[in-house]
Amino acid sequence: MSRKPFVRPVSKTGWWLKHPRYMRYMSREVTCVFIGAFALLMLCTLERLSKGPEAYASFIAAIQGPLSVLGLLLVLIFAVHNATSWFNVTPKALPVQIGEEFLAGKYIIGAHYAVWIVASLVVLLLAGVI
Amino acid sequence: MAKSNKPIFWSLFAAGGTLAAFLAPVLALLFLMVAMGHAPALFSYANLHAFAAHWLGKAFLLGVITLFLWHAAHRLRVTLHDFGLRQDAVVAVVVYTVAAIGTGLSVLYLLRI
Repeated sequence: MSRKPFVRPVSKTGWWLKHPRYMRYMSREVTCVFIGAFALLMLCTLERLSKGPEAYASFIAAIQGPLSVLGLLLVLIFAVHNATSWFNVTPKALPVQIGEEFLAGKYIIGAHYAVWIVASLVVLLLAGVI
Repeated sequence: MAKSNKPIFWSLFAAGGTLAAFLAPVLALLFLMVAMGHAPALFSYANLHAFAAHWLGKAFLLGVITLFLWHAAHRLRVTLHDFGLRQDAVVAVVVYTVAAIGTGLSVLYLLRI
């Protein structure tokens, strides 16, 4: 055994820039920042709503504008990224066995996308958008 | 076998991730419309208040806000480790405390409506 084994130096903070696969992993992980921020925004909305019509109206006015649009556009993009990456691993997380065979992944993924579309349409309908 | 609190936080992470996958995009779209000055009908004070006053609306809002928070908290803990922050014990306490406070506040605000 060698006295000084070679240890490949790996950056603790920048390792994920070395390979596209690592970057895809990190892009999936950082979606949590946007999901968390969005949850806090909804919590603030709830707080203002509980304070009465004036407080709520001024809050709604405050979250209008280009900066909010930019921020929420980022939330939307990362929320979609979380959704697609989440659904695309469902065959691994929820394998469906029928007899000896396993159901093909595309059906499990497809079912999740179908529910996603229906759920989104129901929310849009309830919100009065469509 | 040693007892671990991992299954609790992991199941909240998984439940929140699934709920976020199904609902976060469309909810973000609604808020984006608000930001652009085209607030959906649901966002009038009367409509949103009526929604949050109903027990079903309360359950929906509580589930969405708290599970999103616990999902984000757990994933942020792991992600901060990946970005080189190795004080996991401190990070864990901070992120889960924020999620727990958010959960408590959600309950409080919903009870006031």
